[in-house]
This record gives sequence, C-alpha cells and structure tokens, in this order.
Amino acid sequence: MSNNNHRHIISLLMENEAGALSRVAGLFSARAYNIESLTVAPTEDATLSRMTIVTVGSEDIIEQITKQLNKLVDVIKVMDLTEGSHIERELMLVKVKAVGAGREEMKRTADIFRGRIIDVTDATYTIEMTGTGSKLDAFLEAIDPAFIIETVRTGASGIGRGERSLKV
Amino acid sequence: MEATGAEIVVRCMAEEGVEFVFGYPGGAVLNIYDEIFKQDKFKHVLVRHEQAAVHAADAYARATGRVGVALVTSGPGVTNAVTGIATAYMDSVPIVVVTGQVPTPAIGLDAFQEVDTVGITRPCVKHNFLVKDVKDLAATMKKAFIIAATGRPGPVVVDVPKDITYHKTDFVYPASIEMRSYNPVVKGHSGQMKRAVQMLLEAKRPMIYTGGGVVLGDAAAQLTQLATLLGFPVTNTLMGLGGHPATDRQNLGMLGMHGTYEANMAMQHCDVLLAVGARFDDRVIGNPAHFAREQRRIIHVDIDPSSISKRVKVDVPIVGDVKSVLTDMLALLKQAKEKPDAAALNAWWTQIELWRAKNCLKYNKQSPIIKPQYVVEKLWEVTRGDAFVTSDVGQHQMWAAQYYKFDKPRRWINSGGLGTMGVGLPYAMGVQLAHPEAQVACITGESSIQMCIQELSTCKQYRIPIKVITLNNRYMGMVRQWQEFFYGSRYAESYMESLPDFVKLAESYGHIGMRIEKPEDVEAALKEAFSPALKERLVFMDFQTDQTENVFPMVEGGKGLSEMILAEEL
Repeated sequence: MSNNNHRHIISLLMENEAGALSRVAGLFSARAYNIESLTVAPTEDATLSRMTIVTVGSEDIIEQITKQLNKLVDVIKVMDLTEGSHIERELMLVKVKAVGAGREEMKRTADIFRGRIIDVTDATYTIEMTGTGSKLDAFLEAIDPAFIIETVRTGASGIGRGERSLKV
Repeated sequence: MEATGAEIVVRCMAEEGVEFVFGYPGGAVLNIYDEIFKQDKFKHVLVRHEQAAVHAADAYARATGRVGVALVTSGPGVTNAVTGIATAYMDSVPIVVVTGQVPTPAIGLDAFQEVDTVGITRPCVKHNFLVKDVKDLAATMKKAFIIAATGRPGPVVVDVPKDITYHKTDFVYPASIEMRSYNPVVKGHSGQMKRAVQMLLEAKRPMIYTGGGVVLGDAAAQLTQLATLLGFPVTNTLMGLGGHPATDRQNLGMLGMHGTYEANMAMQHCDVLLAVGARFDDRVIGNPAHFAREQRRIIHVDIDPSSISKRVKVDVPIVGDVKSVLTDMLALLKQAKEKPDAAALNAWWTQIELWRAKNCLKYNKQSPIIKPQYVVEKLWEVTRGDAFVTSDVGQHQMWAAQYYKFDKPRRWINSGGLGTMGVGLPYAMGVQLAHPEAQVACITGESSIQMCIQELSTCKQYRIPIKVITLNNRYMGMVRQWQEFFYGSRYAESYMESLPDFVKLAESYGHIGMRIEKPEDVEAALKEAFSPALKERLVFMDFQTDQTENVFPMVEGGKGLSEMILAEEL
C-alpha cells in the first residue's frame, strides 16, 4: 500500500445535530488520523452543518478517512476537494509590535500580502489576512518572529471551482 | 392519543414485535419499568448485572437475526453495559439499548448517577441518540431499530432523560422513516459482479473465504450453492462458522491464528480469492506483508465500503448486501458458457488433500487425563451437531470452534472481535430464550465463567435449561499458552487460585452440578445432561481437563499464515 503523504482538504455536509462535531473529531482520534485544521458552521439551510477538515495521509489513509466519514450516520455527503480544482481560504489575525523603523516596514509587508490593518495602537498593529494556508505561513515567515505578539487562524475553508459543488 | 414518554418507549418496543427486553431497573428508568409492569406484549428478563443484559440481547439477535433489546438505568447502569455494547459493535450485531438519563435540567451538573452516555458510548455504537423532547421519542426509537438492523448492523443507544419519560405527547409510531444521511447500499455493482464471475471461472487455485457477514446477512444457502456449483474449497473465519457446512468435503475448516493447516495453506497459495463478508483482520491473515508475498487476485464482497482495501488491497471490490450479491453472482454463473478449469481444479484439490492429510487437529486420545478437545468432540456427537453453542474467550473458545462442526448458521455464538470473557453464560440465556426447545451448550473455562457467573441466578428465575460445559484446567489457558511459548514459561498471574466448588455453587442456585474427572466418564455425563430427564434443568458440568494442553495449529502474532506451529513439531 502506498505511503506518500499528501495534504487533503475534505469537505462534508452533516445533520446539524448536537454532538455532530464530536462524532467527527472522535473518529479522527480513535483511528489515529491527523487533523491539521477543522472548521464547522451551519449553512444557509439551518439543518445542515458544513465542515472542512485539512488532513495529511497516504492515499490509503485518505480513502479510509472518506469511507469512515461516510459511514457516520449523520454525515450526508463527503468530498475530497483536493481531488479536483478548488479554492481554499483561511483567515488569520496577527497582532504585531509596530514601533520605530519597524512600524513602516510592517505596514509595507502587510500590504504586499494584501493584509489589512484593522486595529492600531502606538505600539501595535493587528493585521487581518486571508489566503491559502501556505500564503499565511509565508507572511509569518516574512516578518521578524520577535515582532509577533499573537496569531489566531480559523483553519481552512474550501469550495470547488466552477460547477463543482457539495450540496444535498 | 396522549402518552407519556415511558409509555411511548414501551409501546414502540411492542410495535417492533420485541419478544424479550433484557434489563435492570434503577432510578432513571422507573417510569419505564412501571409501564413494563402494566403491559403483556413482551417479557422483561431481569439479569443480575447490566453487562449480561446487553450480552443476552446480543445473543438473542445473533441466534434469531432479529434486533435484541436491553434496558438499563443511568450512570453505572450505562458503564456496566458498555462492555456488552462494544462486544456487539465489534461483531456487527443489531441491538437497541435504551438507557435512562438524569432529568434534562440536571444534565451537566454532575447529578447522582449521571454519566455522559452519548459521549461514553460514541466510539462503540453504530449510532446513538439523546432524546431532548418527548415529541421526538417515537421517531427516534423507529430510527434506532432501522439503523441497528440495516446496512452493516450494529448497536444503537437511545438515551432517555427521566423528565422525558413523564412528559406527554400524542403517540403515533411511524411505519417507516426516511433519513437523508443514511442509505445503505444493497445491490452490488453489475459490472463488478461480471468481472468477479469471470475471474472465478479463470481461477486455477481458487479459494472462498467467508466471515460473519454471511451469517449475519442470512446468505449461507446462497454461499453454499455458489461453492457447490463451482466446486471450490471454502474456509470460514471464527465469526463465519456455519456459513458453509463444516461436514461438507469442500469445507477446510476455520482459518487464521488457530485455523487448520489446509485452510491457511490454501488461503496463502490460492490464485483467486473470493472474500465474502469478512475483513482480513489480524487474527485471520496474520502479517499482511507476508500475505501479500504470494500473487493472488482478490474479489471482496462486503456491505461496508470501509472494510474493503483496509488491510489488504483488493482487485474487485463489490459493496452490497452479501445475500443480494451472491444471488446475482449465482445467476451470472449459471448463464456463463465457460466452466471452471476442471484439470486445474483437480490438481489444486490434490494439493489440498495432501495438506489435509497432515491431520492437524489430531490429539492424544489415549490420555488418562481428560483432553478438552475430546469433550467438544463428544458434545458434538451427543448433540448430533445440532446444538446452539456459545463460548467465552480463550483456549476453550478455539477448541469449540475447531472441534464442534457447525453445519448451520447462527448456531455458533461467541465474541470474536472484542474477545470478551464472560459472554458465554448470558449468551446462552439469550439463545435459549429465543429457542426454548433447542439444545444450548455454553462451552467455557473456569476463568471466563466467573466473569458473569451471577447469571446462574437469572437462569434459576426464568428456568433457563442451558448446559454449561466448563473445560477446567485451573489456568487462564490462552494466557498460560502464550507465557509458555513467548515468556519462558513464567506463568505470571495466570493460575486461578481458590476456585469455588462449581458443583456446590451450581446447586446453591438450584441447578445440577457435575464434576467429571476421567475420560471414560465424559460421554455418559454429557448424555445424562442432554437426556430428556434433565431437559428442564440447567446442568453445570465441571470437566477437569489437562492443564498443559495447548491450541494448535498456531500462527504467532506478526507471522504469516503459512508459518504455523503444529502440535507434532513440539
């Protein structure tokens, strides 16, 4: 069986019932699958929750993950977004030190990454940035780690490109 | 018409045609018990420990194919039931367990006898529900029975807070319920089935390997027809025994860690393998890397897509109900112009007969001490192979599987997946209640039987006339065997000290006790126990067996199927 690990973004629709999240999270921990991030929220149909899970595994593991997710009684549909063309976005808020010469430099770097400064004090900026996970990683690498006070990331959300969609 | 939640629970069970509810009362379920008191649609069986309630319901389901039902109270009632639920889950047995819960406003406040039932049972159920509104109760019960019985079966827990049991609503039991998120596949893919049939017809060294799915899916008749039509050898897993008649010449016996030489060798060396309702688990194929060393093409029929290509890559996956798939494949086979390659098949059978000639299950029949295998063989003779046999877990379980030749499905009731010691006695209760006229034997050991021995009291109350066959070697035999082989014969804590006098113990519960010490007394004792004179009585038979006997053949953990240790090699 193949052992090449790849990052996959799995989207699923499930009944918006109490405990739905714990069924999915419990499945991942019980079967020792990786979760890089997991986001969940109701959809325009309040009876449905949409979940996006970023995971890493070999083809065989990913096949098992999608099968096991489909097996959960509350899960309606599962799609591996990375199997086709798709869009991935994650939101990050970063609070950074912004003093002296570094203050202008920080603003420039944020602009380059199309970040927006959404809160300002005389010593800090709070920057809002969206993009793929790797873009957000790249921004954090581009600035001096000593300037980072706090980061918070939502985890990835994803959607298929064009006609490709996940719906009941 | 208005009904309380408690009435609704009871009436839903009656609507489902439930015959027996196995349970134990307690604070959170008192309203439900009050309704049980007032009805006569089903019988409640009071066990002595909640674990046994779930095991008995589980065995009822295994022996009949219908959904078993258990009822327990909140908190410790639930935690005691968890072993039973996990046992049923691992063997895909359809049961519904109704659990009491503290009143809704008390949930989360660490109330008396409160436990997070949905959380604690989540990893060992097919699905579970917490009922938060009495209006949802009837529909939830209906869903529970549907989910338990369909697709790959399994246990479903319905957690009912006490306030829900006295809230009232209009009761209507839905005839059926659509669940948009739950639609198990039944029919196999026609293209895949055609490929499978073609592959079977091209086989030179074919093998059919069947598991619990054939028994649970009521597909033994179709499987047997298919095997007969093709003339192929068949092996069954521990859970699959009875899926193909053990006395049929085409049957090579059980495979796996304690499988027969011929079954394991044929499994390893076949060129086309048809796996039906089985899951290539670690006790069956041993080391998957070793198994993959031989080239073979695999067809895998299973109702659960996640069982396919989990441990072993397969060439033709067929997801569907095994009975439906086998029926369709039989039809395709009958239409096919080609026939199996008779010359190749002949050569293959010649090879198999050479393996079979090793007679891997032979043992010393001249022993002055009772050999456990001999007891099982005699039991098979005395019951004319027609008993329902339950077992616990360990050496006796393997001997029962090896030496009692099951010709029919649903006759062999044991904990294969979880390997739960203590199931044997409550399993026998569930089976005997389901089939009051049948001969029911519980093959057990002196260690396992003590894990649920309190149920002798339940057997007394309901006059359940099972025959307990204890293969008493004064050791946790399988632990002792591993310690002998792999731990330099250091028998750490595997000797059962201070055993009770089982004869007196049985008698104290009002049953018949027998102690059998010599091989020449075995047959007569069994005949007496199964005689018409004792038909109504529970007989507890304490066979004093050889302490040093081991289970062979044996494939060590991590080894390959063809790397067996045989009795003669030691």
